[in-house]
Amino acid sequence: MEISVIVFPGSNCDRDIAVSLKKFSKKNPKMVWHKESSLPKSDLIVLPGGFSYGDYLRCGSMAANSPIMSEIIKNAESGAYIIGICNGFQILTETNLLPGTLIRNKELSFICKNLSLKVENSESNFTHKYSDKEIIQIPVAHNEGNYFADQKIIDNIEDKNLIAFRYCNQNGEVNDKTNPNGSKNNIAGIINEKGNILGMMPHPERATDKTAGLTDGEKFFISILESIQ
Amino acid sequence: MIKITKELIDEHGINKDEYNFILQSLNREPTITELGIFSAMWSEHCSYKSSKTWLKKLPTSNDKVIQGPGENAGVIDLGNGDAAVFKMESHNHPSFIEPYQGAATGVGGIMRDVFTMGARPVALLNSIRFGDVKNSRTKHLLTGVVSGIGGYGNCMGVPTVGGEVEFNSCYNDNILVNAMCVGIAKINKIFYSKASGIGNSVVYVGSKTGRDGIHGATMASAEFDESSDEKRPTVQVGDPFAEKLLLEACLELMKEDIIIAIQDMGAAGLTSSAVEMASKGNVGIDLNLDNLPCRESFMTAYEMMLSESQERMLMIIEPEKEKEAKSVFDKWGLDFATIGVLTDTNRIIINHENEKKADIPLNILESGAPSYNRPYKIITNSEVDQSYLQNSDEEIINILKKLISSPNLCSRRWVWEQYDHMVMNDTVLRPGGDSAIIRIHETNKALAVCSDSTPRYCAADPIEGGKQVVAESWRNITSVGAKPIAITDCMNFGNPEKEEIMGQFAGVINGMIEACELLDYPVVSGNVSLYNETNGKGINPTPVIGGVGLLDNLDHFSTPSIKRENDNIIILGETKGHLCQSIYAYEIFGDIRGLPPKVDLLMEKKIGDTVRNLIKKIKIDTVHDISDGGLLIALTEMSIAGNIGFDLNISQNKLDNGYLFGEDQGRYIILVEDKNLSKTIEYIKKNKISHSIIGKSCGKKIKINKNSEVCIEEIRHLYENWFENYLKVN
Repeated sequence: MEISVIVFPGSNCDRDIAVSLKKFSKKNPKMVWHKESSLPKSDLIVLPGGFSYGDYLRCGSMAANSPIMSEIIKNAESGAYIIGICNGFQILTETNLLPGTLIRNKELSFICKNLSLKVENSESNFTHKYSDKEIIQIPVAHNEGNYFADQKIIDNIEDKNLIAFRYCNQNGEVNDKTNPNGSKNNIAGIINEKGNILGMMPHPERATDKTAGLTDGEKFFISILESIQ
Repeated sequence: MIKITKELIDEHGINKDEYNFILQSLNREPTITELGIFSAMWSEHCSYKSSKTWLKKLPTSNDKVIQGPGENAGVIDLGNGDAAVFKMESHNHPSFIEPYQGAATGVGGIMRDVFTMGARPVALLNSIRFGDVKNSRTKHLLTGVVSGIGGYGNCMGVPTVGGEVEFNSCYNDNILVNAMCVGIAKINKIFYSKASGIGNSVVYVGSKTGRDGIHGATMASAEFDESSDEKRPTVQVGDPFAEKLLLEACLELMKEDIIIAIQDMGAAGLTSSAVEMASKGNVGIDLNLDNLPCRESFMTAYEMMLSESQERMLMIIEPEKEKEAKSVFDKWGLDFATIGVLTDTNRIIINHENEKKADIPLNILESGAPSYNRPYKIITNSEVDQSYLQNSDEEIINILKKLISSPNLCSRRWVWEQYDHMVMNDTVLRPGGDSAIIRIHETNKALAVCSDSTPRYCAADPIEGGKQVVAESWRNITSVGAKPIAITDCMNFGNPEKEEIMGQFAGVINGMIEACELLDYPVVSGNVSLYNETNGKGINPTPVIGGVGLLDNLDHFSTPSIKRENDNIIILGETKGHLCQSIYAYEIFGDIRGLPPKVDLLMEKKIGDTVRNLIKKIKIDTVHDISDGGLLIALTEMSIAGNIGFDLNISQNKLDNGYLFGEDQGRYIILVEDKNLSKTIEYIKKNKISHSIIGKSCGKKIKINKNSEVCIEEIRHLYENWFENYLKVN
């Protein structure tokens, strides 16, 4: 099993995700610098959180044009698994590997806290270890996590069950009050139609270690690693 | 050539005696560039001319201290080859003028001080102080500062894990923004700023130099007046992305044996880094500014030397290693330029466009820098009979509601939710406790960190206040079970030319010395910010203490949140019911008279050591120190955090407002399971510590002696929502 973590200038969750991946795969992922024009053979490619290029332009838009991205798009087409977390999700929408976009939080401020998520699709390659509609605790940390797309796209991802996670409260209620950032339909994470690409704003790598508080992210990593095998 | 006039000398903040000294030492008139260099180096901010004689008296070593004051940051030994590198610094004046950028660059600056020593920053803390909540500028300053701190720290990927927020009208026109950074390094890989090796290259790395921040250090050394808004162009603009690249590039290069010395360009920019590095190494330095990476055209030598553009470093490396070093900075897309050479002249010589712009013997700048023994007078409040404070008509629960929803006691959640406090995945105890706990990556050890001050006590009695701020920090580290090791201090005061202000400084330092010595809690780094005055009115003396402790085993630590029902609530330390200078006295009676509670340092140490041992030996997991607001506030905070109530049973002759809301020092609350009660009490008795069992944890209500009760939910609502309600658009 080969895993690559892409490091952009300004990535800052690259180490965290590498620690979680190693914990469950027992192997160090390859850290790939964004200027590389070739990618080592990878079953799974992870775009980590952070502020690539400072997010001074639209979040993720500069990184979407990094040399490595054309390789990633090629790998995506040939079926490699791809995960984008936080800034990584923003990069995936900027490259059109996933539909929609992430805009500024509705309250216009950065949010860092534990949130409840409802696992909407527990059959995907990334979530099959969760039970259906399981409520899990995963932290968020973002300023631009407000998922937006036109109604046609939203209808499509709803109809095809492409929503991986939705923001909710501890009782699983999904509504405006339990929507932290204004995302359409409380969307926290989505999957592409082919089922090999996932983008999410919450940070599962921050929920894999009891000492640091949360462990609900473990099933996420176990799911994808099992899917690869 | 610019003529040096009296006006020009005045504008540079250089007084007549200082100017005469320059004339005599150079044996000629200075050039404008030289005048600028003297002005920056001799500013209060860089030279510590009013505070130096006092700072020298602070204890600065113990068996864990590797580097005390005098370097970019202090360094302590954590065992197993690990070291913690930390410092706190103020960015008060810029933050008042431009809150977002002022606060952001304060955070950026303190991180550079830490990673320039080879440490990876692992935690940020911020003590921020604003004017009265009713003051028209407070909301604007609060929101700007908080988003500036978040904007910089979040982008860097360093968690902001603690700090304080205070509102007081004394900060109406002079807010305080004090930022602390803690980093982790390997002991054998610590980098210092002492230049060495004649002929070695002076290398500039990082962002380009612009015209921002020129004379920032001089601005930070003057009082404000109505025209302060005109100073906006001297505020630097931060670029956290550039700093993230600089951090990674520096740490990458530091893996090799290439850097001989390194220092960040902070206050007074290239001037102070070049002068300080060469002076420490007892060498000379020749700079050729033609090679300096500039952002703007036609910059003069004066502007280049005094610019405070951010995200820049100065390094000394051997000429033959330049190529290898440059390749690292090229990878990260940062400028790398050789701008000078070390010489044996002990002078700083600056050339630009084939002209010598400055030539100053370094000993004049550094050791010739003025040092003042300013006259001082320590003024202490007179004692007041506090008995009338006992007799409030208000019900206990109503007082509790008022205090818990007051600006200085309510939850700071609104603030720290805007900071990424979890990135790096080693935050074991998040903001909101007594200290934050940060695991040392890939070990089972952790750092406990906190930052604290109690300015109202320092204003009322500088000496007792000075003791208290150190003791409070030590107590907060102790509360989580960690061993306090050392502190950094950020001394925010008014105009030292006034003898009562200098008296506050002297008194606080004297108190701190006593506490640091007795608690074995030395000062390893720090910063002084004077002239925090506007139109002649000074702030409360505000010595902020950044504490660092070591938790050698993450299996044993404690937090304030109540964990179980039916635990015994024990209060350690003597409760006399001191109400003067308490939050209660201010919020309920508007009274700020009288003396603060006394600190008994011997007892403080005894109780703290006992608490730490109880956490370790009997695995006590619920501890909170009693500070602002007193016993009932401390217990209520524990209750809200754990969502479990309590039932107090206090003997009726003791139960009064002094008992519940008094702020006697050196006290802790611990919660103990029945099965551990007898051995806990036995241990406490053996150590001869005053204690009493005052009730049990239970249910979802806060109950006091059967006759007063309230639901946690109601209290939580008041506690949690103050900031949101305050900031709602009317």
